[in-house]
Amino acid sequence: MIAEYEVDLLLADLQELYGYDFTHYSRASLKRRINRLVSLDKFPSFAELRYRVRSDGEYIKRFVQELTVNVTEMFRDPLFYRTLRTSVIPSLLAKPFVRIWHAGCSTGEEVFSMAILLKEANLLHKTLLYATDLNPDVLESARKGIFMMSPMKQYSENYLLSGGTRDFSTYYTAQYGHVKFNEELAERMVFSTHNLVSDRSFNEFDLIMCRNVLIYFDKPLQNRVLNLFDESLGPLSYLALGSKETLKFSNIEPKYKQIGTEKIWRKMG
Amino acid sequence: MAENGVGRPEKLVVIGGSTGSIDVLLSVLPMVQVPLTGAAIVIVVHRKNTADSALSAVLALRTSLPVHEVDDKDLVQPGHIYLAPADYHLLFEHDGTFSLDDSEKINYSRPSIDVTFESAADVYGPAVVGIILSGANADGTEGFRAIKQAGGILVAQRPDTAQVGYMPNQAILHTPVDHILSIEQIGAFINGGKG
Ligand SMILES: C[S@@+](CC[C@H](N)C(=O)[O-])C[C@H]1O[C@@H](n2cnc3c(N)ncnc32)[C@H](O)[C@@H]1O
Repeated sequence: MIAEYEVDLLLADLQELYGYDFTHYSRASLKRRINRLVSLDKFPSFAELRYRVRSDGEYIKRFVQELTVNVTEMFRDPLFYRTLRTSVIPSLLAKPFVRIWHAGCSTGEEVFSMAILLKEANLLHKTLLYATDLNPDVLESARKGIFMMSPMKQYSENYLLSGGTRDFSTYYTAQYGHVKFNEELAERMVFSTHNLVSDRSFNEFDLIMCRNVLIYFDKPLQNRVLNLFDESLGPLSYLALGSKETLKFSNIEPKYKQIGTEKIWRKMG
Repeated sequence: MAENGVGRPEKLVVIGGSTGSIDVLLSVLPMVQVPLTGAAIVIVVHRKNTADSALSAVLALRTSLPVHEVDDKDLVQPGHIYLAPADYHLLFEHDGTFSLDDSEKINYSRPSIDVTFESAADVYGPAVVGIILSGANADGTEGFRAIKQAGGILVAQRPDTAQVGYMPNQAILHTPVDHILSIEQIGAFINGGKG
């Protein structure tokens, strides 16, 4: 196991040499990720890992990608998506134009799920989906709209549980163990890198989805990022978090009202 | 001495189990003394990832101690029982909070018992009591080693009293455990301090 002060050294290197600030990430998880990388990439010692990080600009891409967790799913937590269908989307219907921000979108499964909901509500054509992540590689893969075939059965079940009524497989074409989602779903998506730690608000949104990203941050950084979202949300807009995340420790909470028991809040103040 | 709900637990009892372990918990929890002074109990069991938040309600029926399914950054408080949520790994921070992580499954499991045991050993060291119950998977074995190295106490359910003895057996084979106990003895052990 790598020691606490060694984690500090690496984080200082990343900040000093590459401008990535991971110092306010949840330590326990970060430490596990670093240990995992030491064993995956077979570093004989901490010193060798550190040398590689300091001297190999190419390796940094991999390092940052593996330090962060990119696990994602389509229609993850189907009941959450059901609430989006029943309680959030109807209130967007009357708007002339809708902007949605997926912050920490990873490889795009969440954005494509949302596009399907919007399509079914006849809202997609007047919506822009801004999908951002710190990691350019996951965005590259999201942009292609190509996913592994193997989890599609699970996704199709999730889709039905979320209240979907169509045949899920009509949304994609299968090819060689992969599936490609229909072009029209991707037409309204804009992908861009954005670092929640260091980048600013860039627009005003009707809905911000930031799911399973804040769990990787400590409380002070969570609060900062929630304030960034608050600045980026118009009146009566929505903020959606992951199923174990909450506004409850943040200073913006008083302005928001939770929708039922799902992790969706509406900006009232 | 830490009062209930205040400060950092003096003892962290982390219980891991898989197939057949829920029944053991349902028998053990009613035996745990109320209040549970100075200690927190953390439970990591493998379950289906469909929203079966029913489990914490079922466990809560067996004890008057407060039972929580952990939310991100909740405080680890003595006198409380915590359950790892489905589909997240459960970790400990040095500031006395939990954190959650949805990284890759370990031993085909999320939550993984190894992950929670290793993190508990890292943060709570000799204050950790690790308990492994019934299960058909070797999750927990690596974590047991970490708890041992950090000076904690290891308890395995007696494999012949387990619905599936594989998990406690693996743990016993790989690390010298301090106690191998029947279900009744596990209840008494939790009450009796470090045994
Ligand atoms: C576990 S994934 C969540 C994916 C999706 N939102 C979901 O819930 O399925 C977390 C994502 O957050 C991204 N991330 C981590 N730190 C970030 C930061 N500082 N700024 C933007 N994205 C970040 C990671 O690159 C990763 O793709």
